[in-house]
Amino acid sequence: MELLWILIKIIIVFAVVMLHVMYATYFERKVIGHMQVRMGPMRVGPHGILQPIADGLKLFFKEDIIPTVADKKVFYAAPLICLISALSAVAVIPFFQGFAIANINIGLLYIFAMSSLASYGVVLAGWSSNSKYSFLGGLRSSAQVISYEIAMGLSLVGVMMLAGSLNLTDIVNAQMSSSWKIYLIPQIIGFFVFVVAMLAETNRTPFDLPEAESELVAGYCTEYSGMRFALFFMAEYIGMIIMSCLAVVCFLGGWSGPFEVPGIPFFWFLLKVYFFIFFYYWVRATLPRYRYDQLMALGWKVLIPLALFNIVLTGTIKSLFG
Amino acid sequence: MPENRVESKGIVKEDIAYEPYTIAMGPQHPATHGVLKLNLELDGETVLKCTPHVGFLHRGVEKLAENLSYAQTLPLSDRLDYIASMANNVAYSIAVERLLGIEVPVRAKYIRTIVMEMARLTGHLLWLATHALDIGAMTVFLYCFRERENLLDMFEEIIGARLTTSYTCIGGVRQDITGHFLESLYAFTEDFPSKIAEYETLIDKNRIWLKRTQGVGIVTAEEAVSLGLTGPTLRGSGVDYDVRKHMPYDAYPYVDFEVPIGSKGDVYDRYRCRMEEMHQSNSIIRQCIEAMPPGPIRAEDAPDLVMPYGVQKEVAADATFSSGVIKLVKDRHRYMDGDVYVAAEVPKGELGFYFVSDGRGVPYRMHIRAPSFIHIAALSFLCKGQMVADVIAVIGSVDVVLGECDR
Amino acid sequence: MEPLEIAKKVRDRYPSEFIEAYEHRSQVGIVVKKDRIVEILRWLHDDPALQMNHLADLCGVDYLNKKKVRFEVVYNLYSIPQRHRLRVRAQVPENDCQINSVTEIWMGANWHERECFDLFGITFNNHPDLRRVLLPDEWEGHPLRKDYPLDGGGKRWSGYEEVVEKSKKLREYDFYGLYQDPTKKAGQKDARE
Repeated sequence: MELLWILIKIIIVFAVVMLHVMYATYFERKVIGHMQVRMGPMRVGPHGILQPIADGLKLFFKEDIIPTVADKKVFYAAPLICLISALSAVAVIPFFQGFAIANINIGLLYIFAMSSLASYGVVLAGWSSNSKYSFLGGLRSSAQVISYEIAMGLSLVGVMMLAGSLNLTDIVNAQMSSSWKIYLIPQIIGFFVFVVAMLAETNRTPFDLPEAESELVAGYCTEYSGMRFALFFMAEYIGMIIMSCLAVVCFLGGWSGPFEVPGIPFFWFLLKVYFFIFFYYWVRATLPRYRYDQLMALGWKVLIPLALFNIVLTGTIKSLFG
Repeated sequence: MPENRVESKGIVKEDIAYEPYTIAMGPQHPATHGVLKLNLELDGETVLKCTPHVGFLHRGVEKLAENLSYAQTLPLSDRLDYIASMANNVAYSIAVERLLGIEVPVRAKYIRTIVMEMARLTGHLLWLATHALDIGAMTVFLYCFRERENLLDMFEEIIGARLTTSYTCIGGVRQDITGHFLESLYAFTEDFPSKIAEYETLIDKNRIWLKRTQGVGIVTAEEAVSLGLTGPTLRGSGVDYDVRKHMPYDAYPYVDFEVPIGSKGDVYDRYRCRMEEMHQSNSIIRQCIEAMPPGPIRAEDAPDLVMPYGVQKEVAADATFSSGVIKLVKDRHRYMDGDVYVAAEVPKGELGFYFVSDGRGVPYRMHIRAPSFIHIAALSFLCKGQMVADVIAVIGSVDVVLGECDR
Repeated sequence: MEPLEIAKKVRDRYPSEFIEAYEHRSQVGIVVKKDRIVEILRWLHDDPALQMNHLADLCGVDYLNKKKVRFEVVYNLYSIPQRHRLRVRAQVPENDCQINSVTEIWMGANWHERECFDLFGITFNNHPDLRRVLLPDEWEGHPLRKDYPLDGGGKRWSGYEEVVEKSKKLREYDFYGLYQDPTKKAGQKDARE
C-alpha cells in the first residue's frame, strides 16, 4: 500500500513537472516576446497555447542524426544522464506540508549531487560528439561547474546553520518558526550568491557559455537532433524548476504565505517558483553574455569569498545571539 | 615558429605532443555575418592565429562592369553592401559623374544626402542589432529591427524596393520624392533619438557589456591607418578621417555635422562612434529636409541609359527615350581617356571606385575599394591573443559585409 | 600641398624613375618605373611635408594592346593630416611580371596585393603571404586580364566530374522517378556554345 502511494505520488509529480516544462517553454517565448516588442507564438491554438505540444510532436518525429565519428554509447547516454539526474532531484522537494516523494535527511546534499551529475551529461555530450564546437562547449561546462558548485554549496551553508538540518521540510519549518519567517532577510548575502550561482548552474543567460550560440554554434548539443536534443532541452528546464524550488524552500519559506489559501496548500509555493522562473526569463531578455575568463573570475574572486564571509557572519551572529 | 613551441601570453610551452587546437569558424556560423570563414588556432580559448578566408560570394563585379555600360553597372552596386545599398548607389554615381564631368542639380544632391544618411542608419542599426546579439543581448536586436523596418518602408515608398534600391542614376536620382515621404521621415527623425536612448539603456551602462567590449581588440591610431581601416572603425582609434569632411560630395558641404571620434580604439570606442554617428545622421537628415530646394532632379547633360559600347558609335535620337526623364547624349567629348578615384563614406567606411576610361561608354577598368575587404584583412591582426568570445566581438565591431568584401 | 607640386618633387628626386605626370578631372597622377617603387612610396609616406599615410587603394590595370607596357599597378595615396591626394602608377611589363611589395610601409596593402596577384597574376616580391584571396587556390588563369575568355571556353570547372559521379551514386534515393538525364539537356547547351 505504501509502495502504491509512492508510485501514485511519483506519477503525479512527474506529470506536473513535465507539464510545467512544456509550458515553461511557452511562457518563456511569450514573456520574452512581449519584452521584445513582438507577440511570441500565435499560430497553434488561441494565442499559441498548443505550441508546446506541436513542438514536442515535431521533435519526437524528427530524424535522429548520429555523427559517424561520434562515440556512440556515450553519445546515447549523455542526454539521458542529464534528464534522469534532473528528474531525480525533484524527488526530495517538499511541495507542501508533508508532501515529498522522498523526505530524506540529506535532501539538500542530494540535490547538489544530482545537479552536478547533470553536468556530467553535458561534458560527456561535448566529448562524445567528436565535434570541435561541442568539445569546447563541454570544456566550458566543466569549468563552470567547478567554479559555481562550490559557491552554490557555500551559499547554502548559512541556511543549514540557521535551520540546523539538511532536510528540506525541516528547513521550511525552521523558517516558519523563526522570527523573520523567511531566511531571505538574515541570509541576504547567501541569497545573492545563490541566485547568481543558480543562473550559472543551469547554463542560463548571462552564463550560457556552454551553448553560446554566437560563439560555439550550439555548444555541447551542436550534433544532437530530434528527441535527443529535446532531452537536453527538458533537462535544462527541469533544472531551472529545481533551482527555483530550492531557492523558494531555502530562502523564501517554501509553502508558507501571509495567509492560508483554503484547498490549495501549494499555492504560495507555486507562486514563488513562478516568480523565479519569470526572473530567469527577465534576465535572459536583458543581459549580454559573460566571457569565459570573466565568468571564472566572478565565480572565484567574488562569489566564493562572499559566501565564505556569509558563513563567518552567520556563525558569529548565531554564537553571539543564540 | 617551430611546431612544438607555442608562445601564448608570454608563456612558452615546450611539449612534443602539444599542438594548437584548430577550429574552422564559418562559412556557416551564426556570428560571422555571411560567408566569412576564419581558421582559428587556439591554445585553450586563446587565439594564437586567425586566418580569414573570403571569396565564397565572389561574383566578379569588376569583370562584369568591364562589359556593361556605366548605367548598367549601377544595379550591381546594390549587391555590394546589400544592407545599405542606397549608399553604394550614391558612391557609384558620384564616381561616374566625376569621370564624365557632370554637375548634379541641387535638389538631387539633397535627396541623395538624405537617402545616404538613411542608408547609414539602416546599416548602423543592423550592425548594432547583430553586434549586440553576438555578445548575447538579444533584445537590442529586435528593438533595432523595429526602426530599420520603418526606414525600409520609406525606401519602398520612394523607389519601390526595400533592399536593392538602384535609386540614383548618373546625373541625379531616378524619381522625385513626395511631400508625404518628407513628412513621415521628419516625424521619424523627431522620434529616433529617443529610440537610440532606448538601446543605450540596455547596453551602454551594462557592466557585462562594458567588460566584454572595453579593452578588447585594441588598435592604435598608427596601426589603424597603416592597416587601411576607414569609417567608424578607424575613428574609434582617434583618427579624424571622414570622406564626408575631407572630400565633400553632394550636399555635405551645406549641412552642419560633427565627426565623432574615439580614443582607445577598442570595441567599445568603435561602438560609441557608431552610436554617435546615428545621432549625427539624424541631424543631417533633418537639416536636409528643412533646406530641401525645389528644382530638377537630374542634370541636363546626364547621359542616356543607352550608352555607346564603342568609341565611334552614335546614339540615334529615339522617340521612346526623348520624352520624360531620360535625355539623350549630345556631347560626344564626354567619354575621354583618363582615370579617377572617387570615394564616398558609406556605413562601413570609405567605399572608393577607381575608373579607367578609354573613351567608350563602358569602363575600361573598374576597381572597387571595398572597406569590408580591408577590414577582414585586419581581422588576423585584431584577433591575435584574444579569446574566442572576443573574436566574435571584434568581427562585430569592424562591421563587415561579405557581399562587399567578395565583390 | 598642391598635387602637381608633389609630382614635381617626385620628378626632381627620382628623375630616372619618373615617366610622366598628368591631371584628369583635377586629380593628379604620376607614372613611374617599377624598380624603385618601394623607395618612392616610402619617401612619400615618410616625408614630413607629404605624409601620404593612407593607402586608399591598390589595384592592377591591364592595358593589353593599348600601351607598350601591359600592366600597371595603381597606388591611390591620401594624406590624412595634410589632406592631399596623389595617384602613383607603376608600369609592370608582361615579360617581367613582378613588383616589390609595399606591405612593409602599409600593413593594409597585404590583401590588396593578394587580390592583384589573384586577378592579374602580378607577383609581389617580399610579400609575407602571397596566395589567391578571392578565387579558389586551384583556379587556373587570372580573370581580370583582358585576354581571359569571358565564357570559359567550354572548359568544365575542376571538381565537375566528381559532382557528376556523386549525383549518379545518389540516384538510388530517387524513389519517385524525379531524376532527369542531364545528357539530354547538355546537348542543347553544347549547341549554344
